[in-house]
Amino acid sequence: MENPSFGMFIAVFEEMFGPVLFWLMVAVAAVVTVLYLYVLIRDRAVSWRKFLLAQLSMPVGAVAAVVFLWWVTSSGLGDVGGPIDVITLLGVAVLGAVGMAILVYTAQSLVRGQMDDDG
Amino acid sequence: MSADKIMASRRAFLGAMATGGAAAALPMAGPAEAQQVSTNASIVILGAGAAGAALANRLSERLDGATITIIDPRQEHFYQPGYTLIAAGLKPASYSVSTTAEWLPSGVRWIAEGAANIDPETQVVTTDGGETVDYDYLILATGLELHYEGIAGMSRDLIGQNGIGSVYAGPEEAAATWREMDRFTETGGRALFTRPATEMKCAGAPLKYTFLTDHYLREKGTRGRSEVIYAAHSSSLFSVPIVHEKVRMLYDDRGFDTVYNHVMTAIDPGAKVATFDTPDGPVEIDFDFTNVIPPMRAPAVIRESGLAWEDRWVGQGWAEVDPYSLRHRRYPNVFAAGDVAGVPKGKTAASAKWQVPVVEDQLVAQIAGDTTDHTYNGYTSCPLITRVGRAMLVEFDYNNTLTPSFPGIIAPLEELWVSWLIKEVALKPTYYAMVRGRA
Repeated sequence: MENPSFGMFIAVFEEMFGPVLFWLMVAVAAVVTVLYLYVLIRDRAVSWRKFLLAQLSMPVGAVAAVVFLWWVTSSGLGDVGGPIDVITLLGVAVLGAVGMAILVYTAQSLVRGQMDDDG
Repeated sequence: MSADKIMASRRAFLGAMATGGAAAALPMAGPAEAQQVSTNASIVILGAGAAGAALANRLSERLDGATITIIDPRQEHFYQPGYTLIAAGLKPASYSVSTTAEWLPSGVRWIAEGAANIDPETQVVTTDGGETVDYDYLILATGLELHYEGIAGMSRDLIGQNGIGSVYAGPEEAAATWREMDRFTETGGRALFTRPATEMKCAGAPLKYTFLTDHYLREKGTRGRSEVIYAAHSSSLFSVPIVHEKVRMLYDDRGFDTVYNHVMTAIDPGAKVATFDTPDGPVEIDFDFTNVIPPMRAPAVIRESGLAWEDRWVGQGWAEVDPYSLRHRRYPNVFAAGDVAGVPKGKTAASAKWQVPVVEDQLVAQIAGDTTDHTYNGYTSCPLITRVGRAMLVEFDYNNTLTPSFPGIIAPLEELWVSWLIKEVALKPTYYAMVRGRA
C-alpha cells in the first residue's frame, strides 16, 4: 500500500498546477518533442549550424530554469545548504538546458525550413 | 542490502524524481485500490477536515452500498500547513482556503451542522440542529479546539494588535500575525515565543516561527537591537531527543535566549506582559511581539461523549483509541483519525495522511468480518523551517526514531534548500491529493 503508484504522482501534479494547466504543459512538451522528431526525420540529418545555436542557448535555459524555481519559492543561491541542494539545482539546470536546446533547434528547423543552412 | 531497503531506496528515488520530493513530508500512502466490499452499514464521520474528507473519499470507493454521512458545519476547508507561510508574508490568506464541498465525494451525505452529542451506547449522533443520525460505525475526525481562554487575558480577537500574533487560529489570523511580525521586525525589540503544555498540532510550528522572525530581523538589520526569547513548556525544545539537540544547537547559533519549564498562563495585552508558570513560581516576561499558542483540547462533543481518555491527557479529552489500529479501546465500532485521536504523536497533516489508510483498512476488514495487520506507527513529519529558503525535513515515529523518506539523499537534520522546496511547492498538492483519497 505504501508504494507510490504512477497514478498518485499524476494526482499530485494535477493538484499542483490544476488539471488543465498540467495536461496543457504535458501536451506542449509532447508536441515539441514530436516536432523535434519530425524535423529530424524530415531533414534526415542533424543540422550542425542549428545545433550550434541550440547549444549556445543551453546556458540561458539552465539559468532561466534555476532562477524561475528560486523565484517561485522565495529563495536563492544563499539558501543552498548541502550536496543534495547542489545536485537538485544541477538537475533543474540540465532539464532547463536540454529543454531550451530542443525548443531552439525545433523552432529554427520549422521557421527556416530544411534547405537554407547546411553548406 | 535487504529487499526492504532496496524497495525503500527505489521508492525514495521515484519520489524525488517524480514529485520533486513531494512524497517526503506527506509520504505516499496508497490510494483506495483494493477490492470493493458490499455492505449496507451506516457510517458516520464527524468532521470534514483533512482526515474526515479523505476517509469519506476512500470509504465511498471501497464500500459498495454503505450509507456514509459526514457531519461538519464549516463551509471552508483550511490547508493548515500553509499557515506558517502566510504568517511569514510569503503567501496570501487565500492560499489556505478552499471549500468543504469541493473535497467531498458525490455519494456521501454532508450535514452542514455541528455534532452536539454522541451516545456510543445507542450509537446515535445528534447534531446541533437537532437531527439524530444512527450509525453502525463512527469515525471521529473533528480536529481540535484552540482554547485561547485557557490563557487569562487572551482571546482570539486580540490577534493582530499590540504585538500579539497567533499563527494557528486561521488564515486571516495568520495574515494578521504577519502584519504584526512585519511591523515589529522593522524596529526590533523583544520577541517572545512559547508553546502550551498540552498536546498540540505540529509541535515544530512554534520553533519555525521563531526562526522566521529571526530571519526577518536579520534581513531588515534590526537583529542587533533585538532579543529573541523562546519559552519551552518542558525541559526540552522538541519531544524527539535528537531533534531537540539539533534545534538547541541552532538556537544557540542564532543567539536565541531559551528558557525551559515556562508555561504561559496569562497575558496583559495593554502592558505587553506575559505571565508564565515555572517551577520557581510565576514569572513575568514583557514583549514587543509574541506568537501566542493556546492550550489545545478535543472539542466539547468528544470530551463529553464518554469516548475520551480519562486517565491520560486529563482535561484534554482526546479520543481513547489504540495507538496502532486507531480503533476505540472500549467501542470497537468507533475509530479516530487526525488531531482528535488520543495517540502520543501525530497532530499533523502528515500523520492524518498516514492514519487515514489504517482506519480505512481496519474498518473495511471489520465490516467484511476479517482482520488486517495494517497499523499506524506514529509517523509524523515536520518540515522544520529554519529561515526563509531552508528547512529540515524531520520525520519520526512513536519510538522517537527518525524515519527519513529519502535516507541517504535528504538528511533529516540538515538545513536544506531542497526541504524548503518540498514545503513550498510539493506539500500542498500532495495534501489535496490525500484529501481526495488519491495519495
